[in-house]
Amino acid sequence: MTEFASPTVRVSTRPAASRRDIGIKRRYAAERRFRAFGISAISIGLFFLAVLLWSVVSKGYTAFQQTTITLPIEFSEKVIDPKNERATDPKQLYTANYPLLVREALVKQLGLDPSKRPLVKQATDMVSASARTQLRDIVVADPSVIGRTIPVTLLAEANIDSAFKGQIDLSVDETKRKVKDEQVAWMNQLAEVGVLKKSFNTGIFTFGASSRPEAAGVGVALLGSLYMMLIVLVLSLPIGVAASIYLEEFAPKNRLTDLIEVNINNLAAVPSIVYGLLGLAVFVNFAGMPRSAALVGAFVLTLMTLPTIIIATRAALKAVPPSIRSAALGLGASKMQTIFHHVLPLAMPGILTGTIIGLAHALGETAPLLLIGMVAFVVDFPGSPLEPSTALPVQIYMWANEAERAFVERTSGAIIILLIFLIFMNLGAILLRRRFERRW
Amino acid sequence: MSTSLLLLIIALIGFIAFLAGRARSFTRSAGKLASLHSLPGYHGSYVAIWAMLPALLLLAVWLIVAPIYIDYTVRSSLPEPVQNQGAATVQLALGQVKSVAAGFGRLNADEIAAIENGSTNMREALAAKGVALAGEGEPYMIQSAQQFNAMRQYSRWLMSAIVLLVSVAGGLFAIRNIDVRFRARNRVERVMLGSLIVASSIAILTTVGIVASMLSEAGRFFTMVPPFEFFFGTVWDPRFAGAGSGGASGQFGLLPLLAGTLYIAFVAMLFAVPIGLFAAIYMAEYASPRLRSTAKPLLEVLAGIPTIVYGFFALVTVGPFLRDISAQLNGLVTGNYQNFIQAQSVITAGIVMGIMLIPFVSSLSDDIITQVPRALRDGSLGLGATRSETVKKVILPAALPGIVGALLLTASRAVGETMIVVLAAGVAARMQLNPLEPMTTVTVKIVNQLTGDLEFTSPQTLVAFALGITLFVITLGLNIYALYIVRKYREQYE
Amino acid sequence: MNIMSEAAVEKALDQKMNTVPYKMIGNDVSVYYGEKRALFDVNLNIRENTVTALIGPSGCGKSTFLRTLNRMNDTIENCRVTGKITLDEDDIYDPSIDVVELRARVGMVFQKPNPFPKSIYDNVSYGPRIHGLARTKAELDEVVETSLQKAGLWNEVKDRLQEPGTGLSGGQQQRLCIARAVAVSPEVILMDEPCSALDPIATAKVEELIHELRANFTIVIVTHSMQQAARVSQRTAMFHLGNLVEENDTDKMFTNPDDQRTQDYIMGRFG
Repeated sequence: MTEFASPTVRVSTRPAASRRDIGIKRRYAAERRFRAFGISAISIGLFFLAVLLWSVVSKGYTAFQQTTITLPIEFSEKVIDPKNERATDPKQLYTANYPLLVREALVKQLGLDPSKRPLVKQATDMVSASARTQLRDIVVADPSVIGRTIPVTLLAEANIDSAFKGQIDLSVDETKRKVKDEQVAWMNQLAEVGVLKKSFNTGIFTFGASSRPEAAGVGVALLGSLYMMLIVLVLSLPIGVAASIYLEEFAPKNRLTDLIEVNINNLAAVPSIVYGLLGLAVFVNFAGMPRSAALVGAFVLTLMTLPTIIIATRAALKAVPPSIRSAALGLGASKMQTIFHHVLPLAMPGILTGTIIGLAHALGETAPLLLIGMVAFVVDFPGSPLEPSTALPVQIYMWANEAERAFVERTSGAIIILLIFLIFMNLGAILLRRRFERRW
Repeated sequence: MSTSLLLLIIALIGFIAFLAGRARSFTRSAGKLASLHSLPGYHGSYVAIWAMLPALLLLAVWLIVAPIYIDYTVRSSLPEPVQNQGAATVQLALGQVKSVAAGFGRLNADEIAAIENGSTNMREALAAKGVALAGEGEPYMIQSAQQFNAMRQYSRWLMSAIVLLVSVAGGLFAIRNIDVRFRARNRVERVMLGSLIVASSIAILTTVGIVASMLSEAGRFFTMVPPFEFFFGTVWDPRFAGAGSGGASGQFGLLPLLAGTLYIAFVAMLFAVPIGLFAAIYMAEYASPRLRSTAKPLLEVLAGIPTIVYGFFALVTVGPFLRDISAQLNGLVTGNYQNFIQAQSVITAGIVMGIMLIPFVSSLSDDIITQVPRALRDGSLGLGATRSETVKKVILPAALPGIVGALLLTASRAVGETMIVVLAAGVAARMQLNPLEPMTTVTVKIVNQLTGDLEFTSPQTLVAFALGITLFVITLGLNIYALYIVRKYREQYE
Repeated sequence: MNIMSEAAVEKALDQKMNTVPYKMIGNDVSVYYGEKRALFDVNLNIRENTVTALIGPSGCGKSTFLRTLNRMNDTIENCRVTGKITLDEDDIYDPSIDVVELRARVGMVFQKPNPFPKSIYDNVSYGPRIHGLARTKAELDEVVETSLQKAGLWNEVKDRLQEPGTGLSGGQQQRLCIARAVAVSPEVILMDEPCSALDPIATAKVEELIHELRANFTIVIVTHSMQQAARVSQRTAMFHLGNLVEENDTDKMFTNPDDQRTQDYIMGRFG
């Protein structure tokens, strides 16, 4: 009991024995466990991100290098146009035996005996079969090369490419691998004199579809994706902004607008493949638009992107403080003028950020495009969005289904390209947000 | 006159109308701009809208209606015998007529005359111009084709004339209205408002389009396969749709696909929910701002990666890894190096989908958890609760409805996910419980049935729409319920 | 024993206030939010079984000081406390002192009633449960009942203990929060403007309650209402711009303050 006798101030005391036991140790152990769960959850998530990216990059970075063989090709008239008919029958130049030119150049380069057929075949197998069209295009473009000898850089065949990049285990028994010992020897021999070398692979960006990995590229797919992104942007941004302005600023608050609201939120969560079915039934089957066309793909992706843009735009419009509206209205501006002169410009950074994120999603979307027939083997660049084309993610899907090892490399390479585009788009969105972020 | 040229001319008329309207408002105001009710620009826009909008609407209607009318006329002009052979034959004949008509467009008069009197083979003549006919052309087709071409030409000519007339008339009508007190701005704004409404109705139209298109195609499917067999069938074996084979020769049981879909989604949720939830709790309650500002966006990168990349990851990394590790394990235990996990399996697809879902769970739950008012946190901490006790006993119970909503939204995404399962789950439609074996899903089968050549008359193709509407209804239910819960939750703390 | 008998309290009240022992001692307490300093070397001692009111214009640091007493400031990013605060003889900012244990001894009631979205029973039993203060269900029931009785809420809610605490009226909610704090049997109860969200009738009830609780608890209350401070407290401390201006017996403070600023504030010249 505290006493009051002394006039000096005293501090209350409490015997340590009376301290209650509230299980501090046990409770802090639980606390630590709980925290550990949290940290490991985040680490697991980040670990998978790292594994995913590492898996793609480690498999794919080599796709940006390509082994080439530069040979002096003699465009001999004897082979290309033995009967000298090209002036009258231009088809001659298309059907000529171009692989023979390669074979002769290779035989000469390696000093082989042309009569040993199997050996010569093995040697010519080192060069991609795409050499035929490559040489043909040279000759067709400029028939005057006939009769001359020009050094031409040819693609190495995919297995040689892999072997030269060190991806094939050469210690395995020869019969169990796709590269023969002679080919390895020649490869090293050619590499020593600088005829065979690795260089930056521009082909992956410019080639179209091909069944040969070394001649396959995402060029057509990139163009198809570009067409689609442009159309999606042109359609979805104005429509999305217009719809949001109406819903946010004009629409009366009633059950109908409530329904639209729920509907838009739901559309944002509808599986993308359902949009593919919609596109197939409405645009292709009902309206008779061409299958595989970038235009139809773009329509489908537009419908898919709209909810995202509308939700982002409405949030951005909502974030503009009412005082701005009152100020403009108070000066006698009409509601339309207020919105278009004051509110919309202030909301623009948020709208653009949402749009970029929506476009990034659309760029990576695959499933709906499969349904409207963009899984097409397209070799030629589409001249317009109405021509058959394919898209980057669809190209990845098609390559992922190929069995050959070299296609795994190409697929990963294509994924890297896709991811780089996405990174740039998202960085753009982040920068935009940082640059124009306003705090009211 | 081609449509694009017509559009260009209308645009030009619109521009002139704009200038004219503006100029007239200037002259009317006699130099005192302040006396105008609306700015000259609005007067210009008003005239331009009158010059362009009616004309463009007419053009659109014409472009839609005219081909239908022409088709109808040409079809009814086909000879009796053809007409009597049923809709499919008529459709085929009409298609051929159109090809011939298109071919005629590339021939000169002499060549057409030669075909008409039979001196040239029509098919060869057309083939030379790059128009391939499906069969030998019938003589009646020449006539129909010419009728078709004539009508089209006439329609096009008439359309150009009327549309341009409407455009000019609209402009002239509008410009007479321009006056000092004329409320041009209000009229222009009404048109703008109209276009805003049209834009926002697209969202509704999309849903209507989805439901209508799928219902009609699925309806056609259900005329061939009874709904009961579809919804309660336990065997999925659609057979291959041979061209013209028709008939419902296969079995279209939904249950194995639904089982696979739900099983894979369940495995994915099992994987993603604890990780995502704990990550969200740590981010919201423990993490320093620095950790939060780096780890949160990094986790969200997972959400930005296209699903095709996850599919590829499952196909070339996770699947083979699980297969090999299972072979090694089996070898260690039994000495038999036989893999017991297939490269394509429920667990492969489930895990990879789970990885994809982590950021969905974590950022949705993070939003929900941070909405729990600070007062509740303080109340609990002020009583001497530790952080984890506060989270477990106060915050999570308070946030539970919102979190359930978030998880339902995530589940809806798992059910509708396509590319991962297409590449990682397999195509075997089986009903079984072993997660180490492949199963297939609704989305995989939609893709399977709709890639390659399509025939919109065979059940093998149409079943995809029946699957699609099933998928749509499931996800719609999940979404709407989830959005409802989340909305209620938000209102509670606002 | 920290709980004094009725008689002792009466006796203490009869004596001059400054003979009552100190429960908590604040020595040169300063608080920083990041770079900004919110409290400047405050020396304020809290007497046992006394209601101490902290008054002052808004933003003067009275709430900040209150929150240092059970380290609720720990939950705020960038908040730093210097100086020394003791509870009995323990330095509460000493690393050896556990914050959970501290808060079990120094409870807190907040400005806005913040019942958990749980039943009334679960709200009150929350503290005893997490601290393991009741071994059996019967013990827990008893703690809940006595706490609700101490908070003067028992008769109003005894028939609906399983209904959600959020369904009560504002005043009842705040008394529920007080019961919740009392259930932990703390030594000190901090109250941060507990009546600011309540209507006058509810306020009167809570004030009455505070008066009764003084027998068993040491109470520190922040209030912006001078009348309230005069009604409920024995000691009053006046804060201004992060400084402690004056601390005195409430009677003296409201009749004849030592400091000019206190006088001005009480006369309503600023605030």
